[in-house]
Amino acid sequence: MSGTTRLENANPLIFERSGERVVTAEEEDESLADPIDDREIFDILTAASINDPEHPLSLEELNVVEQVRVRVDDSESTVSVEFTPTIPHCSMATLIGLSIKVKLLRSLPHRFKIDVHITPGSHASEDAVNKQLADKERVAAALENTQLLEVVNQCLSSRTAGLA
Amino acid sequence: MISLISRGDVNVPEHAQCSPGAGARTMATDGAGPLPGLVEEFVTGQQDDRVGVAAAGVNAGQFTILQLVEALGPSLTSTQSQNRARGVQLLSQVLNECSSNLSEKEVEVLVAFYENRLKDDYLVTPHVLQGVKALTKSPAWSSGLAVSVLKSLFQDVHVQSLMLLERSCIYTILINLMESKEKELKGLGADFVFGFIQAMDGERDPRNLLLAFQIACNILQRGYELGSFTEELFEVTSCYFPIDFSPPPNDPHGITQQELILALRAVLTGTTRFAEFLLPLIIEKLDSDIQSAKLDSLQTLAACASVYGYRELKEFLPGLWSSLRREVFQTASEKIESAGLSALSAITSCLSRSVLSSDSDDALHVFLDLVIQDCRHHLCEPDLKLVWPSAKLLQAASSASHRAGHIVAAAIIPQLIEQYNNQTQASTSPSCAQRRTLLDVLQGFVQAANGGFPTDAAEDSVLCGFCEPLCEVIFSALSETSTGLQITASRILSALGRQPGLLTACHLEIAVDHLTRLILEEEDSQVCSAVLECAGSMACSHIDVFSSRMIPRLKSEIFSEPMVPEDGQEAARTQSQQAVRQRCIMALAAVSCQHSLVQETSSILLQVLASSHTGTSSFLPDDIIAACLSLQRIAEQVQDMEETGRFFHDVIIPRLLGLAVQAGLQCEGEYGSTPTKSPLMEEAVLLAIVPVMSTACARLQSQMAALTASRVVSFFLDGDTAFLPGNSLPSQPQLLQVSLVTSIMHTHTAVPGLRVEIPQVDRLLSELEELSCTSTHPFTYTSAAKCFAGLINKRSEGEALDLVLLKVMKRINVELSCTSSLLRRQAFTLLLWVTKALLVRYHPLASTLTDKMFSLLADTELSPLAADGFSLLMSHSTDVLNRACHADVRIMYRQRFFTENSSKLVEGFNLAEKDMKSGYLKALSHIVNNLPRQVQLTELPALLPLLLEALSCPDQAVQLSTLSCLHPVLLDPPPPPALTLQLDELIFRLLGLTTSPAMKVRIATLRCLHALSHFPDHMVLPFRARVLRALATPLDDHKRLVRREAVMARGEWFLLGSPGQ
Repeated sequence: MSGTTRLENANPLIFERSGERVVTAEEEDESLADPIDDREIFDILTAASINDPEHPLSLEELNVVEQVRVRVDDSESTVSVEFTPTIPHCSMATLIGLSIKVKLLRSLPHRFKIDVHITPGSHASEDAVNKQLADKERVAAALENTQLLEVVNQCLSSRTAGLA
Repeated sequence: MISLISRGDVNVPEHAQCSPGAGARTMATDGAGPLPGLVEEFVTGQQDDRVGVAAAGVNAGQFTILQLVEALGPSLTSTQSQNRARGVQLLSQVLNECSSNLSEKEVEVLVAFYENRLKDDYLVTPHVLQGVKALTKSPAWSSGLAVSVLKSLFQDVHVQSLMLLERSCIYTILINLMESKEKELKGLGADFVFGFIQAMDGERDPRNLLLAFQIACNILQRGYELGSFTEELFEVTSCYFPIDFSPPPNDPHGITQQELILALRAVLTGTTRFAEFLLPLIIEKLDSDIQSAKLDSLQTLAACASVYGYRELKEFLPGLWSSLRREVFQTASEKIESAGLSALSAITSCLSRSVLSSDSDDALHVFLDLVIQDCRHHLCEPDLKLVWPSAKLLQAASSASHRAGHIVAAAIIPQLIEQYNNQTQASTSPSCAQRRTLLDVLQGFVQAANGGFPTDAAEDSVLCGFCEPLCEVIFSALSETSTGLQITASRILSALGRQPGLLTACHLEIAVDHLTRLILEEEDSQVCSAVLECAGSMACSHIDVFSSRMIPRLKSEIFSEPMVPEDGQEAARTQSQQAVRQRCIMALAAVSCQHSLVQETSSILLQVLASSHTGTSSFLPDDIIAACLSLQRIAEQVQDMEETGRFFHDVIIPRLLGLAVQAGLQCEGEYGSTPTKSPLMEEAVLLAIVPVMSTACARLQSQMAALTASRVVSFFLDGDTAFLPGNSLPSQPQLLQVSLVTSIMHTHTAVPGLRVEIPQVDRLLSELEELSCTSTHPFTYTSAAKCFAGLINKRSEGEALDLVLLKVMKRINVELSCTSSLLRRQAFTLLLWVTKALLVRYHPLASTLTDKMFSLLADTELSPLAADGFSLLMSHSTDVLNRACHADVRIMYRQRFFTENSSKLVEGFNLAEKDMKSGYLKALSHIVNNLPRQVQLTELPALLPLLLEALSCPDQAVQLSTLSCLHPVLLDPPPPPALTLQLDELIFRLLGLTTSPAMKVRIATLRCLHALSHFPDHMVLPFRARVLRALATPLDDHKRLVRREAVMARGEWFLLGSPGQ
């Protein structure tokens, strides 16, 4: 924290984390199938992992990702995630979006079509960012870039590993 | 001789060479025959073992030190410095062996000699120092000698140009002399300190530093004169602060960074005279970027604040505070935060100790004003960003002393209350979370204020002035719907309630009404347990209110008849009524912390049992079990066991037993005729009644325990029911259910009293044996076997015990060897429990029984049971044969069992037929699973092939238990070498199990794979691609819990070897 670079948003508003998902009896029953639901995707994005590159806080605590903005359809194999940058001029928006996308690519079965975009009206250059995130080739190219991959991986390092 | 040690003969003059030589020659002729030869062999022959011979000779009185010195003459006076060095070496090493029986004169002469030799060649010096070190161990030092030695040492030796060992010699000499010659050394004045400073200046070796720090610490603590060298001494030690030391791998000396840190901290905080130097240094080091440096600085600050007074701290307070504040506000590490808080607390308590002077301000006030001023505005900012760090700082300060508590509370609590009330009135949507935060902070203050300094009088309490507004806040929060607010509010309430006299009667009544309402209405389990905890802690100091306001309400709720459900819709409602009833029953236990309350509550609980037995009210088995659990909790938690113990003994146990027996008789009598079975006869209910009695008995005094035991025994054997209430029972003890109940009773009443004699024990044992071998009711024969085992475990060694064991083993063998027998299961159960009973007490017969168990693994019928039996043998049993029931359980019996039997198991596995192998694997995994982690790790190499084998065993239980014993091993860095060799095999098998049909196996497998990802990169990287591909499948598993593990494991494997890991 003694770094000399100024943070864009040094004092973000912190939101309460929702509790751990309670394990239900159906989930422990071997014979029933649990479809992938919104909460599960939300947990993938928040509980275990993605950290904001600027703050040692999870995206949930910063309200970047909210459960209501996650939509999944297991039967159709589609996922759509809207994220809200902390401030309208956040320069990290693309990076956060990329991290979310990579996390989902790594965590979901191949059959899913993954769509990540900015919550409408929450960022100054919304369209540009959305376009970058939707472009498969640009995402693939970005992940070839070692430096970028490094930052993305840092965001994805789980919280326990990060503190250890 | 004299000439040898005369001063000034550094270069060994010619004449000196002759005279001792002549002396030695004369000595050789009279008696000490081997001596010159011995010396010769050592010095020129380089035979190091001669030292031992010489030392033994001196110790045995064959020759004196003087004779040795004379024999050494030629070598000591040799012109060859190697020879001189060798001569001195022999002398020093002999002295090291026999320094204790030197006379004062001898010491004096030798010391003078060595002093002189210090000026000799560098080859000689090491041995000279060894010699001096050896001499310092001798008690026979005449006065003045120590001073002279030290002067020579400081003058003639340049310590830091010596080798490691010699430096260590110097420090040891200093330490030894400081122990024995303190007065003389102090006589040296500041010269001693100066000499020491010069000696240690520049020391680098950690071993020597530990010695040097010890000397420095001694100097400070024993009051040596520092003179003008205070700052120098500080400089020469503080240059190591903060210590950064990582021991080399395979360090044989075992010095840790922590040891060095503590040794140095003892020096730096050893005197108040260092304050002016130390405090700026700490402030400077707190700016460091290195975490360990910060941590060390904070801990050192806390340590020195407990030694310093206001005078030392005064100048630096603002600087220290701003550093501390920065650390706590900005750190991401919990360690640093807590170290910072304890440092603040130490400073505050130091200031609280300082004496007020009339002409200056109160130091504590001034400092706390600073703290409060910097923190309070964070508490009222609407977004509550830095509220937690600020609150922690304030609480740390307020917990330092009573006075500090008053000052902080007066400034902060009203403000928090006001803030909370403002938020409540605003009542916009995000305010609930914020109010929760405020309330949490408030709770921290209330607890800090109350917990730290319990006072006798309520007027002294820090919280005295804020009770009224606090109560208002609490009551308003308790009436909210938010669970978070309710939980926190009940915690504050219980903190307030703990201080007697703080709450007024009126407040108490309202509080108890609130609690009662929450018990009756609140469904959330977290709120419920918080409320019960609060009720429990308040009940202790406010018995009357609880017994008049809460207990009657609970009672009426318990006995109110639920409406009979007429259709499906009603079912949900009755379910909630059911839950209310159980909460009430739990609440009764929670408030029973004092005898008069116990009397009230336990009679209600007994009434529940009784009325369910007679059928006058409709209690479900779950209600009855809850009632039993509550009785058990009461027995566990009650403080004064004397009075309550008697109550349990006189009333509760007989009534419980009576009810159980009545139920049993009724059931037996009406067996087959009427279906109305008393709910007390359900196995689950019986199992719940048992621990009530055993817990109560285990806490009874031995006299009463003995009485209970003898009553129960005579009841079991002879059907003596005289002590049961309403003894109109027919005496028919042979009835199945009766014996069932009593047999369980036995296990428990008998088990508690280690010193309690059980009457008619032999008869009892044979009855139990009979019962356990012949009964066809599983519950009965198992209980009888347990009871038998419990008694066997406690019997003292001797003929009686051997006879019993012989008899029972014979019987077991007969039953087991007859393969057609229907009673093999019973015999096996008995065998299992007897084995456990003997195993835990290290009885010699245990090994015979264990072998029997192993042989049963090859038995087609009993093999699965036997394999599972090992889990029972190795695990902690909750009802019998544990320390709580005073059983004879030796430590480490599991390890012992393992070392004695693991080879047998492996052997058996190798010999077994193919389809019997799984039993062995299962037994193995049960055994390994119950071993302590440390033993698991050391035993792993031998067992790994078998464990890998077990992973491919089709039995899911074996797979699961193997995975669960592999998982901790995999998590523990560094990976054991045995594993690294078989990693390929392990990963291959694990990947195969990710598609196992059993969900638990899949989850455990994925956890193991997750753990593997933390292995060193070079080991696991080759498998990355394969694992990632295989883990794609469980990502689409149909169970969510499996997918969750898969996501975590795959994420970690993705990070392997990629940048930014």
